[in-house]
Amino acid sequence: MTGWPEILYADLRGAGITQFAYVPDAGHRVLIDSALADPEAYAIPLTTEEEGVAMLAGADLGGSRAVLLMQSSGVGNCINMLSLINGGRFPFLTYVSMRGTFGEGNPWQFPMGQATRKVLEAMGVIVLEADTAEDVAACTKAALTMVFQSEQAVAILLSQRLIGAKAF
Amino acid sequence: MQLLKMQTATLPDPVLDRREAVPALLGDFSSFLAVAGLAGAAQELIYLSQESPSVFGLVGAMGAALPMAIGLALAQPKRRVLCHTGDAELLMTLGALATAAVMNPPNLRIVVVDNGRFGETGNQQSHTGLGTRIDTIAAGCGIPAVMVVNTADEIPAARALLHDGDGLCFILLRVKEGPALKLRRDLRAHPERDRFRRALLGK
Repeated sequence: MTGWPEILYADLRGAGITQFAYVPDAGHRVLIDSALADPEAYAIPLTTEEEGVAMLAGADLGGSRAVLLMQSSGVGNCINMLSLINGGRFPFLTYVSMRGTFGEGNPWQFPMGQATRKVLEAMGVIVLEADTAEDVAACTKAALTMVFQSEQAVAILLSQRLIGAKAF
Repeated sequence: MQLLKMQTATLPDPVLDRREAVPALLGDFSSFLAVAGLAGAAQELIYLSQESPSVFGLVGAMGAALPMAIGLALAQPKRRVLCHTGDAELLMTLGALATAAVMNPPNLRIVVVDNGRFGETGNQQSHTGLGTRIDTIAAGCGIPAVMVVNTADEIPAARALLHDGDGLCFILLRVKEGPALKLRRDLRAHPERDRFRRALLGK
């Protein structure tokens, strides 16, 4: 079955993205597995999300396109490292799988989940939000232009309406 | 309360002056692409390279040097990439040593100038000064070649690893407290990014 994650992976590869840096999350499982299975792409496991922010800047210095896959809890780990993106005007694209919002059953996820958009915007990252499979494709098309043509920093939030709330 | 040296603090007291040891270790690094961590490490690499556009020197975003160098090394597999940073800068993203080892880019060289101090902020002792062994950590992460340089006699072998080695390596250069070589420079990141890319990619 071809769902939105498979289409998203094809769209990102089609846009020339070759580095997929990630801290695993269930919402990114298909993307991560696809990158691991792709001999032409790097799947890069991180120990913390801020590594990924710097890695994307390094990829850009070398002329490669990269994306950071993380959960909303990881956005907080990126805050100061986003100074590099902001100050260097590096293109920056991240997909954030949301927790702590629609239907969340783990109370620990709420503080960061509710602050995710504010934190990103405070550090100069433009936030788009995808609630449906159609939104993912539309946001991706828009973000690829914003990031790699206009050299902006963009986060696409994959909402819990889209990926579903984990059962507890 | 004073911080005490730990039982792991078994390396000899540092004797090298970084103003001499760093150029001796790096030799002619003009063929490398480089990312240098704040503060002394970036200052000395920019000084030694005479502001080469192939050196990206960080002035903030502490901890960025190694992950940035990994991204660059994966993007430019035919070029050797140097991550030149300090002990305190690396301590902030120590996990990137594990990431470097897992990805194992054969063109990446990591040099850590270890003065055992937070040099920019009042010279407070850093973890390494108290016995934290980042060379052991690097080896434990799976970095295939790890070397510690305590004395001038040990520099040529480390320089050979840096220049003639054919895989990922980590060199810990232990130096005394003291200033790094430096020159006044533009501290803005975006002109530096543009300059680096123009020189490497022509755009």
